[in-house]
Amino acid sequence: MDEREHLFRREYGRMVAVLTRVFGVHNLPLVEDVVQEAFCRAVDVWRFRGMPENPAAWLMTTAKHCALDALRRERTARVFAPEFGRLLQSEWTLAPTVENLFGPAAIKDDLLRMMFSCCDPRLPRTSQVALVLHILCGFSVDEVAGAFVSGHEAIEKRISRAKKALAKSKTLFNVTVAADFSARVPAVRDALYLLFNEGYHGASPEAAVRTELCREAMRLTALLLEHPFGATPTTYALAALMSLNAARLSTRIDASGNLNTLFDQDRSRWDQQLIEEGLKLLELSASGVELSSYHVEAAIASIHALAARTEDTDWKSIVSLYETLAAIAPSPIIALNRAIAIGQSEGAQRGLDEIHAIRDRNRLSSYPFYWAALGELELKCGRHQDAGQHFTAALQSARNPAERRFLEERVAVCRPPSTVSPGF
Amino acid sequence: MSEFTYLFRGRQTTGSPEERQKHLERWIAWFKDLNAQGYIKEPGHPLEGTGKVVDGKQKIVKDGPYAEAKDVVGGYIVVEAKDLAQAVEISKGCPILEVGGSVEVRPIQVLNT
Repeated sequence: MDEREHLFRREYGRMVAVLTRVFGVHNLPLVEDVVQEAFCRAVDVWRFRGMPENPAAWLMTTAKHCALDALRRERTARVFAPEFGRLLQSEWTLAPTVENLFGPAAIKDDLLRMMFSCCDPRLPRTSQVALVLHILCGFSVDEVAGAFVSGHEAIEKRISRAKKALAKSKTLFNVTVAADFSARVPAVRDALYLLFNEGYHGASPEAAVRTELCREAMRLTALLLEHPFGATPTTYALAALMSLNAARLSTRIDASGNLNTLFDQDRSRWDQQLIEEGLKLLELSASGVELSSYHVEAAIASIHALAARTEDTDWKSIVSLYETLAAIAPSPIIALNRAIAIGQSEGAQRGLDEIHAIRDRNRLSSYPFYWAALGELELKCGRHQDAGQHFTAALQSARNPAERRFLEERVAVCRPPSTVSPGF
Repeated sequence: MSEFTYLFRGRQTTGSPEERQKHLERWIAWFKDLNAQGYIKEPGHPLEGTGKVVDGKQKIVKDGPYAEAKDVVGGYIVVEAKDLAQAVEISKGCPILEVGGSVEVRPIQVLNT
């Protein structure tokens, strides 16, 4: 069942990747037409008969036939992928060449080629992620816009610009040269990390959308790990971080879209299988000399995952891991998280002092959870009125209904109990 | 009970992969539902989009059907219903209507022997 859920979306990326290899990046619109045609043919038959035994293979075979049709129809009018020269022109070599290109191992490489091509450092990072979602994960412009909580037009412009850049690159990124691979892989990991975070912390009000984004990021990271050049300690660390955080995802936002902080989550509902997987990946990441921010973030996530109750959390280690993180990639958000951890291990007032000591904390003023953190700590110190003001400030920068609902509740908690008029 | 043929015209040609899968799933569910209620007499067949049209006394063979995509018959089934009104009512659940397609409901003539 699970395999058939989002089947079209998943197969879309695979079909686009292999067809782009065949037709060349400059023929992306033709690629998209051929994929749509394969979907049409599938629906034409399946609506009467139900899905076949192996729908993914059926779709891919259909895509291959559609590709052969298009190659024969267009071979005088178009130039296809230059790397195959005349192989796609002559009827003698056409079918066997295409047959080879549609082999399972070839398709896997094509997905990586496409992923690396989308993460071109010349493109802004958000465009890279939008392109990955659109081309590899089969999200329409509207679906990408929904995921980013952005307008249709803005996303359309961003995607079409990115596609143009891709078309101009003449050929897909070559993943067979180790040096090129290693040079590009950090950009790919960063894009996947951003994609995951968009799902985990992002602004989309729909829990289902966010779960989808996290799942797509994990799927593509797993693909990266399957490649010998991609399976590095840092990629393992990224995969570990995703698994360990994803284990908490369903308790973080519940089915009705309500937000639960780490402190109120039902820990018995954390996904133990993902936690185990994450811990295994974390172990695999612990070799070599590089300590990436992913390593540290995964370590923090593992401490949370292993604590049966909030009060069992090893906050001291978390504080020191945030300090390591700040040394690798300093940011006010990391400083804020460190302060919150200090608030847990050394008391709320100490946490507040640390927040007030963050040098560039003005950069956090539009981040709702900065104000919420101040509110929680003030509340713990018993200063309800101050806490209420902070939560009200947080409410003003809330990005979606779930955050709004959550913060409204916190504001309500801070109100003094209504004075009952004495009933003389 | 009488028999009716449903001729399905048109197909969904745009939409995101997710939307197209959802559309397919609605078809499959509709079919299952019809079957469970005993309406389906013959599950019919999907038809390929291409073919030939043989025309007139001269038997001219043309590539076809050269109709607009929305007019091409993409498949048919045979249902069993009380009367035309019921057959029409049942057809209203067909997902093809959501994507601008149509269902042609045609009573099958009964030959008295």
